[in-house]
Amino acid sequence: MESWGSAPTQLLQVLRETQEPLGWLPAGALERIARALDVSIARVRGVVAFYSFLYAEPQGEYRVLFSDDVTDRMLGSGERLREMCERLWAEPGKPSADGLVSIDRTASIGLCDQGPSLLVNGRPLTRIDAARAAQVCELMLSRTPLAQWPAELFRIEDNVRRRGVLLDDPIRPGEGIRAAIARGEATGTGRQAMLDEIKQARLLGRGGAGFTTGVKWESCARQPVEPRIVVCNADEGEPGTFKDRLLLTRYADLVFEGMTVAAWGIGATRGFVYLRGEYRYLLDALRETLARRRREGLLGRGIAGRADFEFDVEIHVGAGSYVCGEASALVESLEGKRGIPRNRPPRLAEKGYLLLPTVVNNVESYCAAALIALHGAAWFCSQGTPKSSGTKLLSVSGDCERPGIYEYPFGVTVREVLEACGARDTIAVQAGGPSGVCLGQDEFDRRIAFEDIETGGAFVVFDGTRDMFEIGRHYAHFFADESCGFCTPCRVGTSLLRNLMDKIRDGKGSQHDLQTIEELGRLLARASHCGLGESAGRPLLGTLKRFRPAYERRLGSSAVEPAFDLDGALARARRMTGRDDPGAHLGDER
Amino acid sequence: MSDAESRPSFTLDGVEVPFDPGQTVLQAALAAGQYIPHLCYHPEFKPHGSCKVCTVRTGGHAATSCTTPARAGMVVESETEEVVAERRMLVQLLFVEGNHFCPSCEKSGHCKLQAVAYDLGMTSPRFDHFFPDRPVDASHPEILLDFNRCILCELCVRASAEVDGKQVFALAGRGMGKHLVVNSASGLLRDSAVAATDKAVDVCPVGVILRKRVGFAVPVGQRRFDERPISAQASDYAPRPAPPRDP
Repeated sequence: MESWGSAPTQLLQVLRETQEPLGWLPAGALERIARALDVSIARVRGVVAFYSFLYAEPQGEYRVLFSDDVTDRMLGSGERLREMCERLWAEPGKPSADGLVSIDRTASIGLCDQGPSLLVNGRPLTRIDAARAAQVCELMLSRTPLAQWPAELFRIEDNVRRRGVLLDDPIRPGEGIRAAIARGEATGTGRQAMLDEIKQARLLGRGGAGFTTGVKWESCARQPVEPRIVVCNADEGEPGTFKDRLLLTRYADLVFEGMTVAAWGIGATRGFVYLRGEYRYLLDALRETLARRRREGLLGRGIAGRADFEFDVEIHVGAGSYVCGEASALVESLEGKRGIPRNRPPRLAEKGYLLLPTVVNNVESYCAAALIALHGAAWFCSQGTPKSSGTKLLSVSGDCERPGIYEYPFGVTVREVLEACGARDTIAVQAGGPSGVCLGQDEFDRRIAFEDIETGGAFVVFDGTRDMFEIGRHYAHFFADESCGFCTPCRVGTSLLRNLMDKIRDGKGSQHDLQTIEELGRLLARASHCGLGESAGRPLLGTLKRFRPAYERRLGSSAVEPAFDLDGALARARRMTGRDDPGAHLGDER
Repeated sequence: MSDAESRPSFTLDGVEVPFDPGQTVLQAALAAGQYIPHLCYHPEFKPHGSCKVCTVRTGGHAATSCTTPARAGMVVESETEEVVAERRMLVQLLFVEGNHFCPSCEKSGHCKLQAVAYDLGMTSPRFDHFFPDRPVDASHPEILLDFNRCILCELCVRASAEVDGKQVFALAGRGMGKHLVVNSASGLLRDSAVAATDKAVDVCPVGVILRKRVGFAVPVGQRRFDERPISAQASDYAPRPAPPRDP
């Protein structure tokens, strides 16, 4: 409590830190927090129930969350989860009766290149094969403190497979900032010189939406309101994406350098990094880097010896919510609220964090901005295509020999990436994650660039052994789990899509259901409040268009099939009586 | 110069709609007596655009008319076959999300969800029902909460915070798990600061928040939307300030 103060904006951070030692949030703690921050108990409960990493019910001593990326599933996470539940007498989603563990699934934790992965009490474990899963079970059964677990379990590989100008550049801390200031002095345009350079570099947002960074910065700089705010979106939640993990682990100085040159250009004094809860394990190192930069005069008052340059950064940690990667939902979450995307207008550049002018950019965008500050726009534009300057980090995972991070100049073809990563017999690539596009074999000559395939960097490869219907079904579950619930089409539509896909999986689908999926997908794209809802139907429409036979071979024969499952309704009775003989079933078993 | 000439305007399905700066498309349309279906919008509150029933087309894109600022020369399409079909689907989604049994509901005939559904020609819920388990809260002596009918429009949340100054209602959870909660230690309405005279008690467009012991005072058949369809009552929803309230 003391470290966060009593502002209501700190609600999420206080809840998260209160929970860390306890594993959950007892009712009394919630009431105390409500009083201390002077917010209603209903708001506190509302926030707790919004974020999937906050628990109002007791949890096990060890809280195991299996990363549920489609790539984790492809590597066998489903079997590992079942084995672990059996070994520990646990059921997914419920604490075990002895209170030892709670085991559940969570959305992708950003380790797709070394899955199956999971979190134990917030710490990531990688490459969980059957042997390691058994080892983890024994460590928990012997109640070994996490600090004494073998370090090998927690080892995270960088897996950098191809370097370009961003990953190769050994920029020294402060170089970019000094270059930005010097350019302003040389041209006599001061801070505007930084804005001009970013505009000339035609830097487009690296998170996937591709908004022109210079326009965003300039419109924020023009607001006659202070303080202005610089926010780094490190809520890397798009399944299949993990390049920000690398940047935050190995290139933190470059990220902060970019935020600082943004602050210089915009005239901002406050900065935030919104770090996704899954990356909580990076927090201490990031804070150390910030402290070192303060000592070096690169943060705080009088940056780089300029009396007129003050800027500092604090880190807020999320608590399990994909929608918080949407810039305005992220700002709501920074304010300690449920992460609901805002209405626009006004844009965040006008009224963002606490209604102050705010820019929100992706981790990779800030890295690029730091390089532009140092090397200039012309250098930056020498890479990539005329419309997409610079390079892009791709997070490559799925069916390939060498998953990991690949940095390419924009304009690289899908085929080139597939060859580089050792993919064989590829039938599809999901570029940009579930909210991106599903590419079939006839599209592998298309290019990664804003004018062709727009992507935040996820590049998930599927070979001929994969069932694209199941991939679509997996993504349908993802969106239903992550919808914030604000608008009708996304709140209800994503759950209906999930149920329809499950119905088809169960062999109870019909052509009518496929038609309904298409209609709901189109409704979501048109009527949703934010990008999450707009994209939620896309993986289904995409796989249905390219892999329709994978859907159709599951359909029942008639035009309309009822969803109600008479035999399924008896499942509970069977569990209670411990029966599973033919007499305990109704109708034709499929 | 006449009033109409001095004000900027846009067209809604070919009809000229004048507007005041700051008005949204829906507000201007309703003020001009033109109806666009809507549920979460209320004339006394700032629009927030969650139900999406008021979605229209402009410039080739879908737009939420209650939150889209009116601009001079805009061409807005509302009553096209495609847009109406989308709205009908949105209302169907709301019907299957909750538990809506019109024949036994006290709000039947006064209910905006029902009225909008009739108006859009909805003849079936079409999708599979979710049949959620939502216990009622009958703890308060004067007010009943039947969450089964909640469409999550947040009007009671807004009214309690902005007009009553109490924050009796809030939202919790996310996705299909999103639900209305009451601000009290027990979570029950009985222990909250609510009063039967609160704006929040009045504002519910469906049958969630009901006063006890006044049910069916107006017989079904003689109720507001029994007499005239909601689309004929557009000007009732024209923007207006909240009336002054007794301290």
